Amino acid sequence: MLITGTGGQGIVLAGDILGEVAIAAGYDVKKTDTLGMAQRGGSVVSHVRIGSRVWSPLIGGGDVDLLLGFEKLEAARWGHYLRAGAIAIVNNQALLPLSVNLGNEKYPGDSEITGILRQHAGRVVFIDGTARLRELGNMRALNVFMLGCASVFLPFKVYLWHDIISRHISADTRQSNIVAFNRGRKEIRRVNFE
Amino acid sequence: MTAAKQLLSGNEALALGAYHAGVRVATAYPGTPSTEVLEYIARFGDVYAEWSTNEKVAMEVALGAAYAGVRSLVSMKQVGLNVASDPFMAAATTGIDAGLVVVSADDPGIHSSQNEQDNRHYARLAKVPMLEPADSQEAYDFMAYAYELSERFDTPVLMRTTTRISHSKSAVRAERDRVITGGKTGFRYDVAKHVMLPVFARLRRPLIEERLVRLAEYAETSPLNQVWRGERSLGVVTSGVAYQYAREVFPKASFLRLGMTYPLPRDLLVRFAERVDRVIVIEELDPFLQESLQAMGIKVTGKEFIPRTGELNPDIIAAGGRAAGLPVEIPLPEKVSVASELPKRPPLLCPGCPHTGMFFVLSSLGQRARLPKSRPREPRLIITGDIGCYTLGAYPPLSAMDTCVCMGASIGQALGMDKAGIGQKVIAVIGDSTFLHSGITPLVNAVYNEGRIAIIILDNQTTAMTGHQAHPGTGISAQGKTTAAVELEPLVRGIGVKDVRVVGAFDIKELRAAVKHSLESPGLSVIIVRGQCSAGVVRRSVPRAIDIKKCNQCGVCLLIGCPAIQSDYNEVYINGALCAGDACGICQQVCPRQAVVPQSKSGAAG
Repeated sequence: MLITGTGGQGIVLAGDILGEVAIAAGYDVKKTDTLGMAQRGGSVVSHVRIGSRVWSPLIGGGDVDLLLGFEKLEAARWGHYLRAGAIAIVNNQALLPLSVNLGNEKYPGDSEITGILRQHAGRVVFIDGTARLRELGNMRALNVFMLGCASVFLPFKVYLWHDIISRHISADTRQSNIVAFNRGRKEIRRVNFE
Repeated sequence: MTAAKQLLSGNEALALGAYHAGVRVATAYPGTPSTEVLEYIARFGDVYAEWSTNEKVAMEVALGAAYAGVRSLVSMKQVGLNVASDPFMAAATTGIDAGLVVVSADDPGIHSSQNEQDNRHYARLAKVPMLEPADSQEAYDFMAYAYELSERFDTPVLMRTTTRISHSKSAVRAERDRVITGGKTGFRYDVAKHVMLPVFARLRRPLIEERLVRLAEYAETSPLNQVWRGERSLGVVTSGVAYQYAREVFPKASFLRLGMTYPLPRDLLVRFAERVDRVIVIEELDPFLQESLQAMGIKVTGKEFIPRTGELNPDIIAAGGRAAGLPVEIPLPEKVSVASELPKRPPLLCPGCPHTGMFFVLSSLGQRARLPKSRPREPRLIITGDIGCYTLGAYPPLSAMDTCVCMGASIGQALGMDKAGIGQKVIAVIGDSTFLHSGITPLVNAVYNEGRIAIIILDNQTTAMTGHQAHPGTGISAQGKTTAAVELEPLVRGIGVKDVRVVGAFDIKELRAAVKHSLESPGLSVIIVRGQCSAGVVRRSVPRAIDIKKCNQCGVCLLIGCPAIQSDYNEVYINGALCAGDACGICQQVCPRQAVVPQSKSGAAG
């Protein structure tokens, strides 16, 4: 499974939570992040491999079953990693790279992004994560919201998710993160699969 | 004790392994991908952990502790070992009095470094044993072996990891408890061992060669090296993360996985090679193992089809394997390459970054910044750079850094250009942590040799790029205690710099005046630019917005390279969720039409 987005969106923590849930459920896990230097703004991707025995921490091209994209361009960037029939869940948000702001490059349109993902993905689901989180008043919980969406397709018990999320989130925002996770589960069930 | 499985990074596992092995002193200078080793070990109350000023000092402190009979650990990134190589070589000569493990985290693929180097060569150079874990469980387990080897063979041990081992997480069962070995802390007087006068160093020299022979004997039967009998047709010799990739690509092959990669077990390798039809070596970076095997007379290939540069992955090994006619078991991916056509997203200086203002000033004075449709101008100023977040100032639109090679190099390079007769006052830009790491000696040198250069120390009061580690200027220890702070201004004055100015990082007018003054003043000058790092600091403040009635879309605000300032369909706006607000205000100062205002007053959409 690939989790993609930009620095500051909580990708690394999302990968950690997913990995720990899978370990707790009795699976072998390897998890690795690819991020450039500095704190924010760059592309970030977390590879999480789950199985009975996992060797390589890096996922090979064409081997991704589930792509969790926190930002549209960053989801499209990894489209070629999807296995035929894979599921792509993409937060319907565009964060413009500097080159686009400066007018040197063009941000791809929605149809282009869908097209890239549809080359392999069996299902592409756009989800208004940012809007739902604004309703919940917790803009920083995108990572657990997206994990909530993914959890519907994964064989792990909900209490495990709640447990591991609680372990990672400080007490004052714990409950609101659980709410965001549950909202993600609800939201993904609501949207129609394209 | 049966511990539950934990998901740990290689660095966490190294720290826990060292802790359980009884480490009492741990030192490091932050550097990706090694930083977390010390961060994790610093959490244990019964370990002394410090951020040292640089890797050389870190090595010396750890060696001192080892001389005092205490198990110690020193950790660094690959280029850190270049800095620490002097005491490292010395430690290899004197040996130790209690276990000393040196963690070197290499960065194949250059994710976050200035070069790609294979530090396995250091083990051969220093003639010390080297261990290479292949996942987090081994990172944990190998630490116990490393300390045992260190003490048994009287040598520092090199624990070599790579980014993919240090930063990957995998399951670890931490079976051991913390055990403190040895007796009381104390120094054993032994001039012939601890004082490397030539006469004593000459006595140590044959002992090192004998040590290597004994270590190679140990390697023959060491559990660190493991053989898996698979099919006879193919035998793979490998180590580190390359082992994981190779198991996936060649699941049916026989394997000799080397956990100890120096010195090598000759008999074990020869026997393995005799029992298979074809031997290949799968290793990242240099043909370190391959050439050793060839020198033993073993017929082997590897680098003929596996790249010498960059990070490996299963796809690369599979492609190489197919080219070499090997039985590759993973399917050829139907690649649809689109990634190259999409806009790139390189890392940027953060919104509210205290480096942005100075770089905007250098960019405009240096004629680097230019509006989207304007023609490039001839650059002015020469700006030698250094290593830190501020190296990002080299990227457009700022484009205000002209060199960056290694820690502390900016000042020496500027002096070199000055002495070469470049005909202008060269500007050296260096961060506070980097200045303390290795900028002080070149400053002493520049004062002594009467350099006419302008030095800018960007003081954001942290080691930001590696994730906000403390340094001697912060007055906070690695374990969160308040400690003595080394103040930059008296330090610089004490070295003999007369022209020292301290400027706030968010005042463009003052920054510009200070740079102009520095460029015009006759001698060596130092500007200390002070402003707190914005990342990780949550401030309650009003974000800025653009008053569209005043804005004429000139694009000047885009030239500061702030990620919060965005432009869509020719309309410039500020993303209020990203803007640092009152703490920064750089865009407000550069806007020629005063169109940037606090969000609440503008009525403009954030």
